[in-house]
Amino acid sequence: MKNKVLNSFDEAVADIPDGATIMVGGFGPPGLPQNLLGALIRQGATDLTIITNRGDQTSAKANTGHLVELRRVKKVYCAFSASPHPSQASVFEELTESGEMEAELMPQGTLVERMRAAASGIGAFYTRASVGTELAENKETRVIDGKTYVLEFPLHADYAFIRAFTSDTFGNLQYDLTQRNFNPVMAMAAKTTLVEIEGDIIEVGGMDPNNVHTPGIFVDRVIKIPPAPEGLWTLPSDGKP
Amino acid sequence: MTTSEKKPLDRQTMCSRLAMEFEDGWIANLGAGMPTLCSNYDFKDKDIIYQSENGLIGYGPLAKEGEEIPNLVNAGVQYVTLRPGSAIVHHADSFTVIRGGYVNVTVLGSYEVAENGDFANWKTPGRKGGGIGGAMDLAVGAQRVWIAMEHVTRDGKPRLLKRCALPVTAVGVVQRVVTDLGLFDVTPEGFLMREIAPGYTPEEVQAATEAKLIISPDLKPLKVT
Repeated sequence: MKNKVLNSFDEAVADIPDGATIMVGGFGPPGLPQNLLGALIRQGATDLTIITNRGDQTSAKANTGHLVELRRVKKVYCAFSASPHPSQASVFEELTESGEMEAELMPQGTLVERMRAAASGIGAFYTRASVGTELAENKETRVIDGKTYVLEFPLHADYAFIRAFTSDTFGNLQYDLTQRNFNPVMAMAAKTTLVEIEGDIIEVGGMDPNNVHTPGIFVDRVIKIPPAPEGLWTLPSDGKP
Repeated sequence: MTTSEKKPLDRQTMCSRLAMEFEDGWIANLGAGMPTLCSNYDFKDKDIIYQSENGLIGYGPLAKEGEEIPNLVNAGVQYVTLRPGSAIVHHADSFTVIRGGYVNVTVLGSYEVAENGDFANWKTPGRKGGGIGGAMDLAVGAQRVWIAMEHVTRDGKPRLLKRCALPVTAVGVVQRVVTDLGLFDVTPEGFLMREIAPGYTPEEVQAATEAKLIISPDLKPLKVT
């Protein structure tokens, strides 16, 4: 089976063009592809569209919020586009307020289901989330069994950036605990999926098929995170080789 | 009662009052901030299964400092612990739990609740963006939507309203509200005040409320047991 392992994050992101649409995984630090984002920041691609839970965060060493601060993002699809208090307003919020950048805000379940629809060849779906709110204005609705639903469409992407724990050389993946979050869905939804690996990259045949979380057919590039400080890790205890 | 006894309920009392009504085996989703205090209530032999948007089912208390497990957070991005019997799913399956009606109760914070069961908790005035997270999915999917919030804003304006002024999160879904002044059920006739903060009179609570309150004939002081 094809060996998808690359030796550097810079090599992994080298072909990403201006204008690309990228799904960025993670929920909080777990599963956040900091090393891929760090490489993309170095690489320089601009005019990007990002699909992620929240795009304003700069708390990790490399996060979507850093790309936003560099004015390299034109649109973000997300479930959070403002902090709870104006006093914590980010560059993300300034740019969306001024109209320099667009943010399309939606319920988190709708966000992930739109990705799942793209992944699964589903043309659209009806959900009750957001019915009666300003988000559903001008959207098609339908009453099914007496309940009103709103029609939502798939979210496709050119690339997915995700983090997993273990991979084999073909890209079969296992996640550690809540590292999973959006990542399996993004891996299936994007045309090209890039994965940074915290643990080991093992030979094909070394992973029990019963315990594969994301099949390697959905994965294109696998890169092992080097020890800190070269590799970007989250907690001090997380960076131990 | 003397006036010295009269003070608004603290947040833990508010949340414990809601948690008291959780039943054994319930799946509960607690919103970030104040609602997480529900988990501090002593459930004795009742088993509550906490579910979190990021796919974590059946987690335990917050991790002690220095003992955090790097890849284990709840939806508030707090480092938590595992309990025996925990399970982890991806985000799409997690919202199957939420929208599919498997969550017995969600406790959410809010800016406003209206007497028709609408609530508004994702967007503040004068700002283009907001924070929805899983609230709109929980609001339509959970079996019970309960709200924990202060009775009035920092400027003293009522939060229990005839109709929400802020953009709503969902329409007609809230069943119960606890504030620092009492416990209220949303009924077809409006807010029914069932319990009141010790030392307050119904007239005082009504004065801090825009909606017309229905005072329960069995009105009791709010107490955590």
